[in-house]
Amino acid sequence: MTTKFTTPQSVIIGADQLDRLIKALSGLGYQVIGPKLEDDAVQLLPLTGADELPLGVVEEQAPGTYRLKPAKTPAYFDFTHGAHTWKQYLFPPKEKLWSASKTPKGLVIDDSMDTPKYAFIGVRACELAALGVQDQVFVDGEFASTPYKERRERVFIVALNCRRSGGTCFCVSQNTGPNVKDGYDLALTEITDKAGHRFVVEVGSSRGEEFLAKLETSQANDTDLKVAKKAVKKAAKSQDRTMPANTADILLRNQESTHWQDVAKRCLDCGNCTFVCPTCFCSTTTDETNLDGDTASRWRQWDSCFTLDFSYIHGGSIRRDGAERYRQWISHKLTHWHDQFGVSGCVGCGRCITWCPVGIDITEEVKALAKGK
Amino acid sequence: MSAKAKTDPMVPELMSISVRRKELADTFTIELDPGKAGFEFLPGQFNMLYAFGVGEVPISISGDPAEPESLVHTIRDVGAVTNALSKMKKGDQVGVRGPFGSCWPVGEAEGSDVVIVAGGIGLAPLRPAIDHILTNRSKYGRFVILYGARSPEDILYMNQLQKWRGRLDTYVDVTVDHAGRDWAGNVGVVTRLIGRANFDPRHTKVMICGPEIMMRFTIKELNQIGVSKEDIYVSMERNMKCAIGHCGHCQFGGHFVCKDGPVFSYARIESLLQVRGL
Repeated sequence: MTTKFTTPQSVIIGADQLDRLIKALSGLGYQVIGPKLEDDAVQLLPLTGADELPLGVVEEQAPGTYRLKPAKTPAYFDFTHGAHTWKQYLFPPKEKLWSASKTPKGLVIDDSMDTPKYAFIGVRACELAALGVQDQVFVDGEFASTPYKERRERVFIVALNCRRSGGTCFCVSQNTGPNVKDGYDLALTEITDKAGHRFVVEVGSSRGEEFLAKLETSQANDTDLKVAKKAVKKAAKSQDRTMPANTADILLRNQESTHWQDVAKRCLDCGNCTFVCPTCFCSTTTDETNLDGDTASRWRQWDSCFTLDFSYIHGGSIRRDGAERYRQWISHKLTHWHDQFGVSGCVGCGRCITWCPVGIDITEEVKALAKGK
Repeated sequence: MSAKAKTDPMVPELMSISVRRKELADTFTIELDPGKAGFEFLPGQFNMLYAFGVGEVPISISGDPAEPESLVHTIRDVGAVTNALSKMKKGDQVGVRGPFGSCWPVGEAEGSDVVIVAGGIGLAPLRPAIDHILTNRSKYGRFVILYGARSPEDILYMNQLQKWRGRLDTYVDVTVDHAGRDWAGNVGVVTRLIGRANFDPRHTKVMICGPEIMMRFTIKELNQIGVSKEDIYVSMERNMKCAIGHCGHCQFGGHFVCKDGPVFSYARIESLLQVRGL
């Protein structure tokens, strides 16, 4: 659903303009969402001003590890991403689909909805790719989800080129980052050098161009652009994790490998990987009835293929042991996604590695399978 | 196929029950009134049926596609939603979303023999195909219906099976797993009925619906007598929450059973059926 836009020249905004950016978006009726420190993690939460952004914070990420630490440079966006994903706003963890009420004339269904207008601050390249992947699931297919589509069409995206990679990032290998390509209104690259704390701003839509008039900008010079480009390149170079190129095929060839049992011994079936994944889209439905029994509502909520219930049909679950469930998750993400949507379901953000309580690494499991272990 | 939902595909349309009929000890049929517009569907497609406050389940449509004025579902009472549906009476309202999914190859089968192999309640999703073929009988070659049930008491649509068997243009053979001395028919698995049904294995379309294990053995037998994989069709069952490819529950390899199925040619899913737990 992204439209190509001919980019005008990049401009520079001072770091002090971030506050103005957030407030101007609020002024236009957007609910501004961005990174904020809470519970010792960077989370994606409503913002009212730039003073709420985590300044001078970076994090340490490794399989099963996430720790914040102070940064040497007081930059706004040198941490990468936490457990939160933007999907929780466009595809909320729990959402009412509709409700039905008993009336003397029979049941009446109420499917009215309130669609928020979001502005996202700091959407990274892997996350933009993930939004594109979810668009294919919820909008571009035979059936479109009306609430998702409405939220998605209204969202204002301030993207971010990463100048630092997290410890589990592998976007380069998945060809999604660290530099953003399209699908944004504005894209920022942070610069902190002797010439000052500032951002290179690229414009990705006419809406973004129009909005930029609300900020104090100056023309970007060649040095600014060079510095910004170099920083992003450095982030790309620092990644040492890679996904094998022929992953889809490796998994398909090893459907009955004994390695699945090996993963199952470590995997706790907790479903963390599916909840932090920015593309995982599985959901279930639940029903709630009020106490007088006259109104019942249907809810859609995130579900995980790691639960036994997920594949239950009368007579028992299809995927009864953990090995089958892990195989389902990784095979769907890396193999079947190509059949279903023409792309990989993995954008290389590394969240599933960081937030796995036992540190299972999706890239390592594929490599182990490739070796025929 | 058309999505019927007016607003969002997850919002059902309400329909009243016009007829409720008991079929077997745990199986019943409800006929819904879709209003003046009728409810068009293809044989093999299914609907999501909603029981107020309890939930939604995927149920195959089992009526005659030539009679869109009544929407027929035969349901086995095995879970919370089907149990709630089983308690509903004439006039009660059911939420309906659909029709969804692929259909039996009744068009492609024209000009060749047709073999229906059904096990238990698997006859319900096949009945629209049977109705369609009987309505257009001259377009098909030899028509065979093979049906297996656990016991004579578990035979679904008994009256209709007897009527079909009474026709001189349809071959019907029924078997049960076990029976008392008052049963004069076959005892044994449904695969044993295949060899003597006398259809042309090279010019036939086979449509199978039943427990997965029964479908597997039926396919094995069909392969042995020379029916090609492309001519065998099965209806798959998986957990479904949305029926529109959004919830992910019904995935079967790269397929969504809700929209790529439930009816698949065996050639498409052969490799998947051979791996446990997919």
